[in-house]
Amino acid sequence: MSAALRFEDLTLGYDRHPAVHHLDGAVERGALVAVCGPNGAGKSTLFKGVVGLLAPLSGGIDLNGCRIHDIAYLPQIADIDRSFPINVYDMVAMGLWRRAGLFGGIRARQRDQVEQAITAVGLRGFEDRAISSLSGGQMQRTLFARLLLQDARVILLDEPFNAIDAKTTADLLEIVARWHAEQRTVMAALHDFDLIRAHFPETLLLAREPVAWGRTAEVLTAENLMKARRMCEAFDSSAAACNQAA
Amino acid sequence: MLYDTFIAPFLDFEFMRRALVGALALALGAGPIGVFLMLRRMSLVGDAMAHAILPGAAIGFLLSGLSLFAMTAGGLVAGFVIALAAGLVARATELKEDASLAAFFLISLALGVTIVSMRGSNIDLLHFLFGTVLALDDQTLILIATIASITLAALALIYRPLVLECVDPGYLRSVSRAGGPAHIAFLALVVINLVGGFHALGTLLAVGLMMLPAVVARFWARDISAMIVIATLSGVASGYAGLLLSFHTSVPSGPAIILVAGVLYAVSLLFGRVGGLVHQAFPRRHLEA
Repeated sequence: MSAALRFEDLTLGYDRHPAVHHLDGAVERGALVAVCGPNGAGKSTLFKGVVGLLAPLSGGIDLNGCRIHDIAYLPQIADIDRSFPINVYDMVAMGLWRRAGLFGGIRARQRDQVEQAITAVGLRGFEDRAISSLSGGQMQRTLFARLLLQDARVILLDEPFNAIDAKTTADLLEIVARWHAEQRTVMAALHDFDLIRAHFPETLLLAREPVAWGRTAEVLTAENLMKARRMCEAFDSSAAACNQAA
Repeated sequence: MLYDTFIAPFLDFEFMRRALVGALALALGAGPIGVFLMLRRMSLVGDAMAHAILPGAAIGFLLSGLSLFAMTAGGLVAGFVIALAAGLVARATELKEDASLAAFFLISLALGVTIVSMRGSNIDLLHFLFGTVLALDDQTLILIATIASITLAALALIYRPLVLECVDPGYLRSVSRAGGPAHIAFLALVVINLVGGFHALGTLLAVGLMMLPAVVARFWARDISAMIVIATLSGVASGYAGLLLSFHTSVPSGPAIILVAGVLYAVSLLFGRVGGLVHQAFPRRHLEA
C-alpha cells in the first residue's frame, strides 16, 4: 500500500501564527482516519490545507498525484447559502462537476446516478424541495449524496455529524463504511470518542501540535487526551519566530 | 380603440419603434444580470456601479461632445476601474465592499455632474442622468443589441460557476478554479449592461431595469431559471407599458418605464405567490403532513 497523502513537516496557520504545527506523517491509501482534538486544534485548518484553500506557512503536503477534483471536501455546513433558490436534485447533481464541467450535458446514465445517490442517502421524494426547506439532517444527507457523485479518491469530512441525530448519523456512517470498502481514503474531523472507537480504525489526535497518530485504541488514551486538552488555544501575540528543525 | 392605445403609437412613430427595440434589448440582458446581482446580495453594488460610470462618460463628453463612442468608452473604463478599485480596497483594508462602493459612488456622482456642467447645459445634464430613450439612433441601438447578445452568450458560458459560487463557494473552490474568472466576467457584464442602459435611461435609472424586475421575480418563483424568465418578461413588459404611458400622458419616458416596473414590484410585493404580503396575512390552512 502506498500513501494517499503525506504531510512533510507541515505548518499551516493564519497571520504567521501556526494552527497546525510541524505535522509529519502519511495517510495510507484506503485508510479511514478520524481527526480529533479540542476546538481550535487545527482540524479544519488541516483539511483546508489539503484541499489547497490555505497555503502552508512551511513544509508541504504531497498529494501523490491527486488532482483537485480527486479530493472531495465537506466543509462545516455554515458555508452554504441556504436561501438560494435551488432544489435538492440540482444541489446533488453538482457532484457531477468533474464529468460535466462547465458545459457538459447530463445524460440519462448520469441522471440515474443522481437518482441512485439521492436514494442511497434516504432522500427519495425530496428531489424538488428547495434547500431552504430542509432540516439540518436532510441538508447533510443532501451533501453526502453530492459527495457520492463526486466519486473521489480522497474524501475529507469536516465535523459531518454535528447537530445530527442518531438515525441520520447511522445512515451516513454506512455510506462512510461503503467508501472504506471501496478503498477510498477518508478523513473525518470528529468529537464523539465512542463513535470514533466504533467506526474509525485510525485516529490523528491534534492540538495544534500532533499529539498522537496511529491505531485508535492506542491514540485515544486518557493520558493523550489530557495532553491535548492542556495545549493552549490562544495565539501568543508576542511569540518569537519558530526555529524547530524538521 | 384597443388598437389605437396599444399598437398604433409604435406603427405611427419611428422614434417609438426605436425606443421599444432599445427597451426590449436592454430588458433581455439586464433581467438575468439583475437576478444574479440580487442572489449574490449585490443589489446596491449595481446601483453604485451605475453612478461610477458617470464621470467616465462625462469626460468622453467633455472631450468630444455627445459622441456615442467617446461616452461609451469613457463609461466602460470608469465602470471597470471602480469595480476593480472597490474590490481591491475591500480586500486590502478592513472596509467592507459595500462601504467602499458607497464612498466611490458618491464621489463619482459629484465628479460626473461637475464635469458635465463645466461644458454642457442643464439639458445635457438631464440627458446624462435620465437618458434619451426616445432619441436612440442606429448606432446606439446596435450597441445596445450587441451588449444584450454578448450578455446572454457569456452568461450561458459562466452559468454553472456563477450559480455554484452563490450557493456553495467552498465547494466550487474545491472542484474548480473557475469561480474567480467567472466573478470577474460577471462584473464586466454588469458594467457593459449599465453602459447600455445609460444611453437609454441615464445613470440614475439604468439600474432600474436591472434590479426591479429581479426583485419582482423573487416574489413569483422558487427556482433560479424561472426567476430569470420572469425577470426578463417583467423588464420587457415595463419597457412596453412605460413607453405607452409616456406617449399617452407625456410623462418623460425613462422614468415612466421605471415607474411601471415599480408598479409591478408593488403588486408582487402584495400578491406574490412566494412570500407576498397578502399570502402571509391570509395563509391557507396547513396540510396534514
